[in-house]
Amino acid sequence: MVELIDDLLAGEHRALARVITEIENRSPGYRDLVRELHQHTGHADVVGITGSPGAGKSTLVDKMAATYRDRGLTVGVIAIDPSSPFTGGAVLGDRIRMASNVGDMDVFFRSMSARGQLGGVSTATTDAVKALDAFGKDKIIVETVGAGQNEIDIVRTADTVAVLVPPSSGDDVQMLKAGILEIGDVFVVNKADLDGADRTVSELKEMIMMRDASPAAGTGGYHGAGTDVTGHHGPDEGGAPDGGDDGPDHDPASQITGPGSAGTPGSTTDQGGPVETEQGEAWVPPVVQSVADTGEGVEGFLDTLDGHRAFLERTGTLDAKARSRYAEEIRRLLREDTRSLLERELEARGGIEAFVNDVVARETDPYTVADEVVQPLRDCLDHEEE
Amino acid sequence: MSTEQEPGQRTIRCLVAKVGLDGHDRGAHVIARAFRDAGFEVIYSGLHKAPDEIVQAAVQEDVDALGISILSGAHNTLVPKIVGGLKEYGAFEDTLIIVGGIIPEEDRPGLKEEGVAAIFGPGASMQETIDFVRENAPER
Repeated sequence: MVELIDDLLAGEHRALARVITEIENRSPGYRDLVRELHQHTGHADVVGITGSPGAGKSTLVDKMAATYRDRGLTVGVIAIDPSSPFTGGAVLGDRIRMASNVGDMDVFFRSMSARGQLGGVSTATTDAVKALDAFGKDKIIVETVGAGQNEIDIVRTADTVAVLVPPSSGDDVQMLKAGILEIGDVFVVNKADLDGADRTVSELKEMIMMRDASPAAGTGGYHGAGTDVTGHHGPDEGGAPDGGDDGPDHDPASQITGPGSAGTPGSTTDQGGPVETEQGEAWVPPVVQSVADTGEGVEGFLDTLDGHRAFLERTGTLDAKARSRYAEEIRRLLREDTRSLLERELEARGGIEAFVNDVVARETDPYTVADEVVQPLRDCLDHEEE
Repeated sequence: MSTEQEPGQRTIRCLVAKVGLDGHDRGAHVIARAFRDAGFEVIYSGLHKAPDEIVQAAVQEDVDALGISILSGAHNTLVPKIVGGLKEYGAFEDTLIIVGGIIPEEDRPGLKEEGVAAIFGPGASMQETIDFVRENAPER
């Protein structure tokens, strides 16, 4: 095991791959591995990418990785796909899209399946991110389908979360209301060359504004940034109708090459980003556009991510996030550990079936059973307090 | 549901790879599905991959089994390249390599010598292939 860590730290890809396997399998001793890893972590930027199926996540991640490589950075990617709840089997297809990084070992791409264990996925992801971090990757991208609490948990392992939305999808935007809107630091309207991209952008901005519009927060939202919510199409588009179909003379490319990919962080300020408020600096999630297929807008998107990272560092939010992440991690481990201890206690008392029989026969009830099984633990704690 | 997996219940990971200029992917799709339904985690490479890409995927994904599907007749060139790449990254020893597709009888001994564990041609049953992978997945 120690050898494996040494090899990983020495930069051996095989060792990194094996460590992630041990983490995924919860192999005996995987905890020792993660323990060793911890002191080598804390250097990578972690970006979470989520969005509905078909939004273009994998394609965008591929282009992001290629662009980071052009900038001289190393990249790790963890792509999570669901697994069958019946057989546990899965086809992990995200790798097919990784066409821009062929043969480049400095992009370490790993597919993981959700393996059906509630909560277990996020633990494995957190630990796999640690492995990539300790290996020395500059940027780590965690990609997952954004549906359900599990995915949201996964994405919370990231410092910055980007939510992908395909254009002209009134229904998808509706879906976003169900919780994903709250976790996005940056929104990406991908496939921006399709009709309806404009409309999706302004709908998103409107929703972000409402989300941040609580009186106490006092963030100006998009109005605070000095522009009206209907005026966000970029400098070269003054009169484009908002909320309508794109006119026949509308050139989608001009929009993408407008604010999105100008390449300077300042160019995104009228598109959201850091704003000054009475309570100090706040972050209004920018809405950027991209065409992941061709790579358009990707540079601008990465700059926006860097902008968010800088904001986190400047305001101390990064440290606060890390602290709450560690707190949550400790709690989660404690839950898992006490659960397996209690499973043992349950077995020692004849297994759950016997208790169920008694409950069905109305001889006892679930609360009494729980009290009974947890009693030894309670005794221990009481004993120590004395 | 325990957090530590029972020994022997390890999830088998498997890369189904299409390599070279060979656009026939029906077989690869069918076997990928069969593996999935058998409870494996299947990574599918997609069409027209170079040996390098297959090696990169097999190493990074740390698969137990690598299934190469070739119907183009280029197996004598492509398989050794993949094997060589796996050796370079120290992944050859504990990856089970199987080949599916059209492989003439006279080429089979040569491939096995290269390190291919089994060859499944037309008519091989899914169950046979699945059982073979289950039984021969390398101990880790």
